[in-house]
Amino acid sequence: MSEYDSEQPIPGTYLFNGHMAKKGYGLNKMCFSFNEQSARDEFNQDPDAYCVKFGLTERQIKAIRERNIIALLKEGGSIYYVAKFAGLLKLNMQDIGAIQSGQSLDAFNAMLKKRGSGEG
Amino acid sequence: MARIIGAITTSHIPAIANAMANKQEDSPYWKPFFDGYPPVRKWLNEKKPDVIVLFYNDHGLEFFIDKKPTFAIGVADQYHNSDEGWGIATIPPVTGESELSWHIANSLVDDGFDMTICQEMKVDHGLTVPLSLMWPGNDYGHVKVIPVCINCEQYPMPQPKRCYALGQAIGKAIESYDEDLTVAVFGTGGMSHQLDGEAAGTLNREFDLEYMDKLVTNPEELTRYSNLDLVKKGGAQTVELNMWIAMRGTLRGKVTQLHRNYHAPISNTGAGLLLLEHEMPEKS
Repeated sequence: MSEYDSEQPIPGTYLFNGHMAKKGYGLNKMCFSFNEQSARDEFNQDPDAYCVKFGLTERQIKAIRERNIIALLKEGGSIYYVAKFAGLLKLNMQDIGAIQSGQSLDAFNAMLKKRGSGEG
Repeated sequence: MARIIGAITTSHIPAIANAMANKQEDSPYWKPFFDGYPPVRKWLNEKKPDVIVLFYNDHGLEFFIDKKPTFAIGVADQYHNSDEGWGIATIPPVTGESELSWHIANSLVDDGFDMTICQEMKVDHGLTVPLSLMWPGNDYGHVKVIPVCINCEQYPMPQPKRCYALGQAIGKAIESYDEDLTVAVFGTGGMSHQLDGEAAGTLNREFDLEYMDKLVTNPEELTRYSNLDLVKKGGAQTVELNMWIAMRGTLRGKVTQLHRNYHAPISNTGAGLLLLEHEMPEKS
């Protein structure tokens, strides 16, 4: 398997290839718009309506509504733009790391620390 | 002629900008990271390079996936930073070096590197954080910056060996420029890290340290990695090491490491800092 296949070659990792870029185009375009404060305000006023404006699929809208980062990746989200959505929710990289890897923030930080010191 | 006088690798993550804005450099979490920088700042202040060629990746400020350049080069007199969506402070404009940028762009395309050439280009944390780190207080207005942007987001992305060759071609282009300018090259981003997926939090200290060793002494070996190898070794965003190997391509002859620091984790990443010099061509 290669990084270009629709099937992902590395467990727990969603390589953002052509399949994903096509599938997630509207979703990523919406999250790219969050560079602008006016877009963030508009989203916050009526998230569903803002999603519809960018042509998100039902599954993508559900994932946005549920703040489900893994589902957003599976639906074609690129972490670069999904990170802007996370920022809008005031979540940082450790917050979303913990959510995605299914552990508490403390456990996630402890894991990073262990790996960073070469112990794990 | 223009000459490359040295090169630097550094992390560029947004958390660094926040730590500096909040004056947390001496906190227990950040101190081992920031303590690495004074010798590099000293070198820059002493050598005073006229130009910085800065390899970075755009994280969705200037480029969207409607049109995603594999390699892009800025040729403007000035670059601006802008709101990236999650609250890091924007920084003052960055001065460009239009004439040398165009010379490099001309030379690269002649050499088979089909660059996207940008007269307007918003620069994101990938470029701004290294400048803020090297010149605290954002005191970088005197130095001219040439941004070289590598796609690290969307596959297909250029492989390490291609990025190394790009660096070599940029080195050659700089040496063929008539004006007497000194240039330092920055390779930014890295090292091992993964932000997305169930495997978020992947980090590989042993790999990072070995990569730093080999970047100095045996970069050709590192060009044998594929992007997928890098992902398997260090996590999805380890492909940012392509900016490091591109930087290394600009250097020639024997390369000397003047300074090194490694600390992990900083945010989710392994943060490596290198200051390198090389065998400069004779002044003509």
